[in-house]
Amino acid sequence: MALRMWASSTANALKLSSSTSKSHLLPAFSISRCFSSVLEGLKYANSHEWVKHDGSVATIGITDHAQDHLGEVVFVELPEEKSSVSKEKNFGAVESVKATSEILSPISGEVIEVNTKLTDSPGLINSSPYEDGWMIKVKPSNPAELETLMGPKEYTKFCEEEDAAH
Amino acid sequence: MSISRAPLMNLVRLKGTPILEQLHLEERLLRASTDNWCIVNDGTNVPTIVMGMSGKPSQLLEVGPVIKDRIPVIKRFTGGGTVIVDKSTLFVSLICNKDDVPSVQPYPRSVMAWSGSLYGEVFEGVDGFQLRENDYVFGDRKFGGNAQSIIRNRWIHHTSFLWDYNVRNMAYLKLPSKVPQYRLERDHTEFVCRMKDYIERSDFVEKTVKAVGNQFAMKEVNLEDIDSYAKGEHVKSTRLLTMEELQEAMASTAQSA
Repeated sequence: MALRMWASSTANALKLSSSTSKSHLLPAFSISRCFSSVLEGLKYANSHEWVKHDGSVATIGITDHAQDHLGEVVFVELPEEKSSVSKEKNFGAVESVKATSEILSPISGEVIEVNTKLTDSPGLINSSPYEDGWMIKVKPSNPAELETLMGPKEYTKFCEEEDAAH
Repeated sequence: MSISRAPLMNLVRLKGTPILEQLHLEERLLRASTDNWCIVNDGTNVPTIVMGMSGKPSQLLEVGPVIKDRIPVIKRFTGGGTVIVDKSTLFVSLICNKDDVPSVQPYPRSVMAWSGSLYGEVFEGVDGFQLRENDYVFGDRKFGGNAQSIIRNRWIHHTSFLWDYNVRNMAYLKLPSKVPQYRLERDHTEFVCRMKDYIERSDFVEKTVKAVGNQFAMKEVNLEDIDSYAKGEHVKSTRLLTMEELQEAMASTAQSA
């Protein structure tokens, strides 16, 4: 735990990021691939999806913890634009290691954009879960739902407890 | 002092049930039931090709012969690869609430490892059994193919066991682009083996039920009584491919040739 706190403060001091994106998201900690990265500025569901709320648009994907546990993603099934998603309901699925795993939406709303790059490059979910591996963009119908989600520290603790229990 | 009881597992024994019907049942029980289920199907009625969720017939099948010989092609709700099943195939499916198997995380590799351990009990004393990458093998030859579907609080792990096979049927399947590393470049007949050469059929079924019974309290349920366990609407994604879809696949194969 002390090592992670050091890594977190060092990472923040150095403004380390897991990608070269312009999104100004900083890792809460990211010392090595032994630890899944959790980014500041996002909200997290206990089913391991993340949400980035930016004005009237919310971008949704799955976390580094999720992609690491799922294994190599070989196929992604996503909804159509203009369809609806509901909080904690299934909106799509990924296939990895012989398994289909459903993806739950952290919030409700209308799908306004789908990441079509995932059709030909499903592995973006593994290599860039918070950036190029985003899945859908949604116009939230109930922004208050975002307040029910976890912040980075809470989600980090949640993942640690979940892994420790098995 | 509290005594922990093993969680309940409903056992459904089928014989010769069409694989489409079996998969529809499994998808229904996964999505619309809250119980744990072990389904054993002793063979299916006619040779049938079963692809995983993302399977593309043009890439996985010799579509011309499949159409000519009128082999049914199913796309199932779980991941994984393509198999051709028939009356000799044995099917075992395990549907579990994640909380009833607390040592197993609801992720593919964790479920796969748990299954490997379970079948390790079944094949105790049989030389060479192991879970290798994601297959059950004797030595380096595959006899059991696995697939899973993981939803919010439940998962299914199902297996088709290659009791025996007809070499002619294998010819309907192309060599897939993604193969396990241990396959090397072997074709189907060099890669698979017949389970019947290693264990008696009834022995396998009873040992499987016993191994599951070591972790769960088993209760036999008749198929006719399933309605009381699985109520309400659910997503149905398992389906038979249409002739039009197969013909389109053949046309796209011809175009890219």
